[in-house]
Amino acid sequence: MTALAALIRRDIRIALRVGGGALIGVLFFLTVVVLMPFAVGPDLALLSRLGPAILWLGALLASLLTLDRLFMADHEDGSLDLIAMSRTPLELACAAKALAHWLAAGLPLIIATPVLGLLLNLDMVATGAVALTLLAGTPALTFTGMIGAALAVTLHRGGLLMAVLVLPLSIPVLIFGVAASQAAIVGPMSFGAPFSILCALSLVSLVVGPFAAAASLKHGLD
Amino acid sequence: MTLIDLANPTRFLALTARVLPWLAAATVALLAIGLYQSAVAPDDYQQGATVKIMFIHVPNAWLSMFVWGVMSIASLGTLVWRHPLADVAAKAAAPIGAAFTFLALLTGSLWGRPMWGTYWEWDARLTSVLILFLMYLGLMALWRAVDDPARAARAAAVLTLVGAINLPIIKFSVDWWNTLHQPASVMRMGGPALDRSFLIPLLVMAIAFTLLFVTLHLAAMRNEILRRRVRSLQMIQASRIAFSSELGAGPREGSASKGAGTA
Amino acid sequence: MRLCGSGLTCVRGGREVFTGLDFDAAAGEAIAVVGRNGSGKTSLLRLIAGLLIPAGGTIALAGGDAELTLPEQCHYLGHRDALKPALSVAENLSFWADFLGGERFDAAESLAAVGLDHASDLPAAFLSAGQRRRLSLARLLTVHRPVWLLDEPTTALDVAGQDMFGGLMRDHLARGGLIIAATHAPLGIESRELRIGGTA
Repeated sequence: MTALAALIRRDIRIALRVGGGALIGVLFFLTVVVLMPFAVGPDLALLSRLGPAILWLGALLASLLTLDRLFMADHEDGSLDLIAMSRTPLELACAAKALAHWLAAGLPLIIATPVLGLLLNLDMVATGAVALTLLAGTPALTFTGMIGAALAVTLHRGGLLMAVLVLPLSIPVLIFGVAASQAAIVGPMSFGAPFSILCALSLVSLVVGPFAAAASLKHGLD
Repeated sequence: MTLIDLANPTRFLALTARVLPWLAAATVALLAIGLYQSAVAPDDYQQGATVKIMFIHVPNAWLSMFVWGVMSIASLGTLVWRHPLADVAAKAAAPIGAAFTFLALLTGSLWGRPMWGTYWEWDARLTSVLILFLMYLGLMALWRAVDDPARAARAAAVLTLVGAINLPIIKFSVDWWNTLHQPASVMRMGGPALDRSFLIPLLVMAIAFTLLFVTLHLAAMRNEILRRRVRSLQMIQASRIAFSSELGAGPREGSASKGAGTA
Repeated sequence: MRLCGSGLTCVRGGREVFTGLDFDAAAGEAIAVVGRNGSGKTSLLRLIAGLLIPAGGTIALAGGDAELTLPEQCHYLGHRDALKPALSVAENLSFWADFLGGERFDAAESLAAVGLDHASDLPAAFLSAGQRRRLSLARLLTVHRPVWLLDEPTTALDVAGQDMFGGLMRDHLARGGLIIAATHAPLGIESRELRIGGTA
C-alpha cells in the first residue's frame, strides 16, 4: 500500500508543480466550452439544450489530451523500467497512476463544471446533473484512455494516434453520460437507468483498463 | 534615478522598498475616497442601486486592458531592448491582469443578473472580456510550463504581442458575431452622457484601481526578482557540491566552475 | 546465492543479438560484461531484469528469496536516471525507497555516501549529469537488493565519483551481493569478464 500511495503522491505532486499539466487540462476544457457558442450562436435557449453535450465533449477531449503523457514521461526517463521490475504488480501500479491522473486532472474538470454551466445557461438541476454524470463517467474516460497511453509508449508515438485509438472506446461513456444528464433535465427517461449504466461502465473500465495497459506495457518496454 | 539605474535589479529592489509604502498608502486613501463617493452617489432612475456596481466594474474592465498594454510594452522590452527587468515585469503582471479581468467578469455578471435575468449573457463586451481572461490564463500556463525563466520570457513575449495585435480583431469579430445573432444590443452602459455625480467617483475609482495595480505589480516584481535569486543561488549551490566533491579529481573542475558562471 | 543463465538467445527487431549465451555468477562476485557496440550488453541486462523476454534459454537465481521473482531482487541502473526534475533530490529518493519496498536504509546516509548530502532540498532539475548519476546510486544504497544490474555505471562520473562508486560496489560484494555490469571502461573492482559477440 505504501508503494501505491507513494506513486500516487509523486504523480500528483509532479502534475501540480511547474511544468505539470494538470491545470492546463482545465484551461483547455474552459476554452473548448467557450468556443462552442461562437459556432452555434449565442442563443441561450439553444445553448442550454446543448449544454450537457458541450460539457461532456469538452471533458472528453480535455481528459484525453492530458492522458497522452501518462506513461510516456516515465518511459522517457527510465522510471517505467523500475516500476515494471518492482514488487508491486504492474496492473496495480497502472491503476495507481490512472487514479493519480484522475485526481489531478479529472477532478478539477468536475469542479469547473458549475462555472461553465453558468456560461451555457444551465440551471442548478442541470448543472448538478452534468457534474454528477461527469463524476461518475470521467474515471471511465481516464481508465480506458490509459490503454491508449500505454499503447502510445509501445508504439513510440502519442498524440493524434492515441486519440484515434481511444475516442471510439469512449463512445459508450459519452452516450450514457449525456443521456443521464438529459434525462435529469428534460426527461422523459428516468435518470437512474442511464446513470447506473454509466457507473457500470466506469467500474468495468476500472478493472479492464489496468490489465490491458499493463499487458501492453509488458511487451513494449524494449 | 535614471532609467539605467532602474534596470539594475538591486537598485530596483532598493528603490521600490522606499516607494511601495507610499504607493500603498495613496492607494488605500484614494480607494476610501472613491468608495465613499460611490456610496453617496445618487441611484440611477432606471437601474436603482444596481448602478453602483459600475464603480467597481468599469475600473476593473479598464485595467484588464491596461495590464495587457503594460505587458506588451514589457514584452517589447524583452524582445527588442533585452531589458533585464522587462520579463520580470511581464511575468508579474499576468496574474494581476487575470485577477482584474476575472473581477470585471464577475461584477459584469452580477450587474447583468437583474437586467437579463441570468448571470451570463453572450453579450459582445462580456464575451470579449471572457476571451481576454482565457488569454491571460493561457499566458500564465505558458509561464508555468517552462522551468527556465529566460526561455519562457521570449515565448511569453511573442504570445503577448501577438495577443495585443489580435485583441482588436477578436473584439471586432465578437461584435460582428453578436450583432449577427442579436440585432438589439442587450445592455447600454450608462450611455455616453454620464452625469457629473457619476463621473467624478468613477474617475477617482479608476485612478485608485490603477494605483492598486502599480502597487501590486511592483510588489509582485520584487517577489519575482527574489524568486529568481533563490533559483540562481540553488544552482550555484548545486555546482558547488560538484566542485567540492571533484576538488580532488582535478580535470573535471572546469565544468563545475562553468556551471557557476552561468547561474 | 547463484545467478545462472543458460542457452540465452535474444532477438530484437527481427535481428538475433546473441544466441546460446551461458553465464553464471556467485554471491560476492562481479561480472563485467564486455563486447563491441551492439553486441547485446544492455539486452543481456534487460533480459535478467525481466524487461525483455528471451527468445530461448533460461535465467535462474538459486538461493535467493523464494517468494520473489528474479527482477524483484534486482536493482537496475540503466542509461536513464529515472529522476523527475520537478521533484527535489530527497523527494526523488524517498519515492523510490517507498515504491520499491523491501529492506531499506537511511536515505540521508545514502545521500552522504554519494556526496549529495547538502543537495537534498534542491530540485533534481538543477543537477548535472554526474550528480544525477550519483543520485541514482543513492537509490541502490537506500533499498536493499542482492543483485545489481549496472549499465555503463561509470559514465558521467568523475574520477572521485568512480573511486566512491568502486568502494560502494566492494561493500555490496562483501555483504554477499552480486553485480553484473555492462561496461566499456574498467569497472575499478575485481571482476570476472564475460565477453559477448566475439572480440572487440
